[in-house]
Order: sequence, then structure tokens, then C-alpha cells
Amino acid sequence: MGNYVTAFFVGGLICALAQLLFDLTTLTPAHVLTLFVVLGGILSGLGLYEPLVRFAGAGATVPITSFGHQLVQGALRELETHGWVGVLAGIFDLTSAGITAAIIFGFLVALLFNPKD
Amino acid sequence: MAARAKKRAVKRQEVLEQEYKDLAQRQKPKTPVVRNVLVAYLVGGLICVLGQAITQLYLRLGFSPEDVGNPTAATLILISAVLTGLGVYDVIGQFAGAGSAVPVTGFANSVVSAALEFKREGLVLGVGARMFSLAGPVIVYGAVTAFVVGIIKALLR
Repeated sequence: MGNYVTAFFVGGLICALAQLLFDLTTLTPAHVLTLFVVLGGILSGLGLYEPLVRFAGAGATVPITSFGHQLVQGALRELETHGWVGVLAGIFDLTSAGITAAIIFGFLVALLFNPKD
Repeated sequence: MAARAKKRAVKRQEVLEQEYKDLAQRQKPKTPVVRNVLVAYLVGGLICVLGQAITQLYLRLGFSPEDVGNPTAATLILISAVLTGLGVYDVIGQFAGAGSAVPVTGFANSVVSAALEFKREGLVLGVGARMFSLAGPVIVYGAVTAFVVGIIKALLR
């Protein structure tokens, strides 16, 4: 599951690649982040993301590419157990905790804080 | 005669526009790419190290390696949500660019900052409706990718 050194170097590298795309192309950050999720999903489908997680630990699970990976793995696991309909049912299996946490904490923060100008 | 004069005027206009564009190009501040990439590497790497530390903590508390992802992500999202509420994460973001945007904390920041920013438009049409205005594309295209990959795998079985 990786260690601090591999987490730093792999996680940093993924962020540095995104920054290069921010600075050297006309893509907006939203486009780059979307692209990274799609790339994570494709790598996951090819079986290449799981080895990266084993090597880099949080260096691979913290960047947004991991979100695409988990969406794909959720779909594939349910496909194994429930067949075709599992693809629909399973996509958010592994990411629901993260999405729900973002909704709940986002809602609470919006109630408790006021925007800074 | 009038037509020729008009043509000349148009030509002059085009020359002026080109000169203006050249000038604007020269005056545009140069993006410090090397600095930005190094800072993104450093900050992104450090956020992942924090994630690794939280993972180790939950492993020690008895979570299995398969289950440790959820509490780790939730903890990072909580930290990011509080820092966003305090206005700290946006300062980090201006400094670190992709280094703070690419980790899951950046995803949380995009959700929380949108909820906060549109609070004045009301709890339903502001907070509720706008919360995913930035994070939405990531979820949509991630789900579409997962669906396509799932269908391809189903066909290949």
C-alpha cells in the first residue's frame, strides 16, 4: 500500500502533470480535472491503476485520477456479481462515502460560515 | 473611388488590429511554468503524504487495507471543508494551483466553496442547486467512463 516516499513522488508527479496542462495548454482547470478522472478510469479498466495504488498508496488514491479508478472498479465488481445491471448499480459503490462526505460537510460549512470577499 | 478608399480604410484597420495584438502579446505577463510545476509537485506530494499518514493511522486502528479508503477520504474531505470555510484553502489554491486542485481535498474544496459562494441565493436554489456546479463535470464524465468500461468488459466476458 505504498509508503511516504512513493506517495510523495507519485502524488506530486500527477499534480505536476496537471499543472503543466494548466500552464501550457488552453484547457481550463475544470477540463484538466475532468480529463484526469477519465484517464484514471481508462487506466483502471486496463488493469494499470491497481498496481499504481499498491506501489504509491495515497500517492495514487488521493489524486482525482483515483476517483475515475474507483468508479470503474465499482462498476466491474458489481458486473462480476450481478451481471449487466451491476454496471449501473455499482458505479458509485466505492465512491459514495467520498461524495456523501463532500455533500454533508459542504452543507454544514455553508450553514456555519459566510463567504469571504 | 469611394470603394477603393473604403478598402484602404479596412486595410489600415486590419494593420492596427494586428499591431494591437502583437503589443498585447508582448505585454502579457509570462507564466512562470517551472515555478508553478515545482510548487504543484511539492504541495500535491505533501497532501498525498498527509493522506498516507491518515491511511496508516486508520490501519493501526483496525481497518482492513480494502476498507481504509473511505475513512481516509472522508477525513481529508472534512479537513478541506473546514479550511475552505475559514478561507484558508483558497489561499493555498492561489499559491499551489494543481497541487491543491488535483487531490481529493481540491474536489471537496470545489463543492464547499460553491455551496458557500451561492449561500446568498438561498439554501435551496443557492447551496442546494450550485453545490456541484464545479465538481459536476468530474462526476458526470467519471460515471460515463465507468459505464463505457463496464459495458466493454461485459461484452468481452
